[in-house]
Amino acid sequence: MVNEMAEPLIFHFDVDGDNFTSAGQASVQVKKNLRQLGIDPETIRRVSIAMYEGEINMVIHAKGGEADVIVSDESIEIILKDTGPGIANIEQAMQEGFSTAPDNIRSLGFGAGMGLPNMKRYTDYMHIDSVVGEGTTITMRVNF
Amino acid sequence: MNTYIHSVSLDPTKCTGCTTCMKHCPTEAIRVRNGCAVIDAERCIDCGECIRNCTNNAKKSICNSFDEIKNYKHKIALPAPSLLAQFDNLDNIGYVLQGLLDIGFDEVFEVAKGAEIVSEHTRLYLRTEGIRKPVISTACPVITRLILIRFPFLKDNLIPLLPPVEVAAHMAVEEAMKKNPELKREDICTCFISPCPAKVSYVRNGFGSYKSEVDLVVSMSEIYFQLLNVMKRENACDMPSQAGRIGLSWAICGGEGSALLNDKIIAADGINNVISVLDQIEDGNIPPVDFVELNACPSGCVGGVLTIENPYVAKNRLHTLRRYMPVSLVPPSEEGAYIPENSFFGELPEYRPLNRLSDSIGESMRLMSKIQALRKELPGIDCGSCGAPNCRAFAEDIVMGNADRNECVIAYKDFIKKYIETYDGGEKVDGE
Repeated sequence: MVNEMAEPLIFHFDVDGDNFTSAGQASVQVKKNLRQLGIDPETIRRVSIAMYEGEINMVIHAKGGEADVIVSDESIEIILKDTGPGIANIEQAMQEGFSTAPDNIRSLGFGAGMGLPNMKRYTDYMHIDSVVGEGTTITMRVNF
Repeated sequence: MNTYIHSVSLDPTKCTGCTTCMKHCPTEAIRVRNGCAVIDAERCIDCGECIRNCTNNAKKSICNSFDEIKNYKHKIALPAPSLLAQFDNLDNIGYVLQGLLDIGFDEVFEVAKGAEIVSEHTRLYLRTEGIRKPVISTACPVITRLILIRFPFLKDNLIPLLPPVEVAAHMAVEEAMKKNPELKREDICTCFISPCPAKVSYVRNGFGSYKSEVDLVVSMSEIYFQLLNVMKRENACDMPSQAGRIGLSWAICGGEGSALLNDKIIAADGINNVISVLDQIEDGNIPPVDFVELNACPSGCVGGVLTIENPYVAKNRLHTLRRYMPVSLVPPSEEGAYIPENSFFGELPEYRPLNRLSDSIGESMRLMSKIQALRKELPGIDCGSCGAPNCRAFAEDIVMGNADRNECVIAYKDFIKKYIETYDGGEKVDGE
């Protein structure tokens, strides 16, 4: 699909943890950029869903964080880094329907326990690095 | 290749290059070059925001002139339901229908009637197995084009039904030819009275290989003034309305959706609201609804730029007008009914990605790196003086070879300031 080598392209975003209503802005911007690059619509959709879920998680659980999207020749990598509470039991967190979101978040229609499972479902690779009390880094990759 | 014909255009003699339209364009299709706005046809979706916001009346919609109906033997008016909301103190739709005959039409076929048929077909369509949900309306042509160029993944969610005006035109032609067997198709003109420029573009372009059955599109504001001359309260009027509440309500946001008699709908109006709804659907982040009605104009078609009345007043009038109307004049389909083949359009035009930087992803990545780097060097105040709507778009224009960096006044000011600061030649003028 891509025959010329190009330097990886990095999009960096600060995800604002105070503003719940603007959560999702970074994924909208990523979508625009990927469209300009000519990435196929299905790949863009997978990246933006994974990114959106990750962004929401950072806002709900970690008061924001940083997101990097790295586009290289054969994949799009999303790295979400926060200094939030960390995930105590990753296996449990990956189960559909498991949620630790507080009630006020649930009343907004979030916190259904589908965030992490969706991120896994829409990406080709996902790895969670988390230390309780220090923070979480999630790396996801979508191959072309 | 872009062969799309637009109806939004610019009068360069009136344009002052003020940047207002450029700032309001939802697809960043406008640049100001040499003191005059320029529309990029690839990006324009004919939403009419530039017409709405232009303070110099330099932006306009190219419609047919009302006089063109004279070139045909049999003239059929197809009034959009929003036309009925333009008149003060109107208590009987018949006055408008009679008025259309009085100004020179031989027949009137209300688009509201076409709308009631589309509503019935939509109800049937939603019961079809295997369709992609949420189903997205194709009644507003701005939305269809927006989805094709910006939300290609949602292409299969578009409902493949012809819009009400098309259904109305088909039926009107068929009926006219049945009643007047001596008429040939070319003797008949179907004339849509449109609230917006997007419908003009739609009629000229059709859907993919489908060609529209509408022959002329005349601006609602032109017809409005013609009608005012002939509509008199003293005239007795017994022309019945051809549609009910459902048809009439298509003129306002929520009307098309509520016709589905189901609460699993979302209706949005205003182009920027529509874009955020589409972004959310694309991200899988909306409740599980069956149908999404999207209107580019505020309040729906009554907010079209070719209308006369303030959309909120117009909405109120429609509420009053429809109060004593029957729900619909189109009976609900019986069990086992199906949508006739000729109510569908064929394929949509192919996905044309909006402003892709290059055909090669590698090259696009190189260009985007340059754009990002340049963007950081620009002031970031998005003032528009350079002729691009914001600093990001300007950086893109420079990298793509369409703009010169010196057009940034802030950067130029800094350049001059530095030049003065470091200037050590010549004599000092002040202070001797």
